[in-house]
Amino acid sequence: MNSVVRIVWICGITCNGNTHSFLNHPALEYLLAKIHFIHHPVLPSPLSLQEVVSTLPESDILIFEGAYRPDFERAGMAMEDLFTGLADKTGMIIALGSCASFGGMMKQCRPEEISGIAFDRETPTPLLKRYREKMVVLSGCPIHPEWLAFVLQMAANGTPMPLDTWYRPQALYAYLVHQGCLRGEYFEWKVDAHDFGRKEGCLFYVQGCQGPMTHASCNKILWNTVSSKTRAGMPCIGCTEPTFPKERLFSTQTYMSIPAEMPLGIPKRSYLALAGAAKSFRIKRLEERMMDDHA
Amino acid sequence: MTKALELFSKEGFYQTTMPAIALKAGMSVGNFYNYFASKETLAKELIIYIAELLGGEIRLINETPTGVAEKIRAIVRMYFRMAQERPEIIEYFLRVYLSNREVFKEGCEGMICVTPFATEMMIFFEEGVRSKELRDQDFFSAFGLFMGYLGGMVFLNGEKILPKAINEYEESISENIYQALCYRE
Repeated sequence: MNSVVRIVWICGITCNGNTHSFLNHPALEYLLAKIHFIHHPVLPSPLSLQEVVSTLPESDILIFEGAYRPDFERAGMAMEDLFTGLADKTGMIIALGSCASFGGMMKQCRPEEISGIAFDRETPTPLLKRYREKMVVLSGCPIHPEWLAFVLQMAANGTPMPLDTWYRPQALYAYLVHQGCLRGEYFEWKVDAHDFGRKEGCLFYVQGCQGPMTHASCNKILWNTVSSKTRAGMPCIGCTEPTFPKERLFSTQTYMSIPAEMPLGIPKRSYLALAGAAKSFRIKRLEERMMDDHA
Repeated sequence: MTKALELFSKEGFYQTTMPAIALKAGMSVGNFYNYFASKETLAKELIIYIAELLGGEIRLINETPTGVAEKIRAIVRMYFRMAQERPEIIEYFLRVYLSNREVFKEGCEGMICVTPFATEMMIFFEEGVRSKELRDQDFFSAFGLFMGYLGGMVFLNGEKILPKAINEYEESISENIYQALCYRE
């Protein structure tokens, strides 16, 4: 791959959240010195969308942001023709964000017609079958800017990236959001948070937190370099998984007081035995505020 | 274990002495203390033993592919059978474990020492709600209704108040529990 990576960034059915997230990368200037956008929806670039449609240029990386519908048009060209025309002439395709990956939020509009470019929820698309060797999935709503920067730099350096079963880089998605969560101790001792925004308490049991079953490095590579949803007091909504968005994102579904979904890979019997034991104790320190907000 | 359970459930925790248990188990008192450092330690081991025994029985029922009504019947049948064949087990649970909480307050906090039993009851209820056969509600509301009812019947039986053999109540009690807990549109 060239030392300066040539990129075409096009948008399907999207809110442009990933575009905006990427612009928040703290080292964007450094990154832009190593990459060249042939076309970008927001940043200055030599080709307009109309020119991309009429020339279908070669690239090293094609970034596709947003959900896919074959007959959805961009600059007068059906998405099916635009995508395959560009995909045939690129070295790597990045499905950027959960809509491009799995259909995501945009799929909710017309579930039968709209999908991601890689998967339709959990089913591989014909596009994935055709471009399997080139596909890298970066799911998230939106993606963390560092995740895209990581992939671009790996591509620029020609470094291989092992992928998981959803074609996501393992280096970014092997982790669970639960790992690195500052509320881990509250999870262990089953002390629940009953209000939004509190520093104390676990968000899993009451507030629907999906951190223990969601693959993402949100609590390893922090957002804006300082925080994450769970650190700020909002439950993880599982936005990197093919099942996103689920319903009732801010409450935990329970059956007879028992969470309907177990932490990933934990047998129900094991979880209940440990949770029951932990709940048998009252840990005064964990039931108190860590600091007085009004002091 | 069985000898200790028999003595504890018959005489009560405080009336039962370690030498008496050792004698009944056919061991010297000194040797008996090699196995259990104190009466409290023995008492905790006994409740863990009972919880594993009952938990194992309920796990078998949970893993049987039948509906909730049949599972309730199987749990009631198992519980009453245990009360008849090994009354010391249920008696110990009711008359020692539940009645002498001070003995168990350290090392058996909350439901720790009955975890195998409680876990299987949680799984029974959770799966019943998931399959829409049971009504969703707080776990302890349902647990109390089920186990409180069974415990009460075994107590009445132990006091010889019931006019009929306890197993003759299996069907009606199972039906009552099912009707009280079942899902309704």
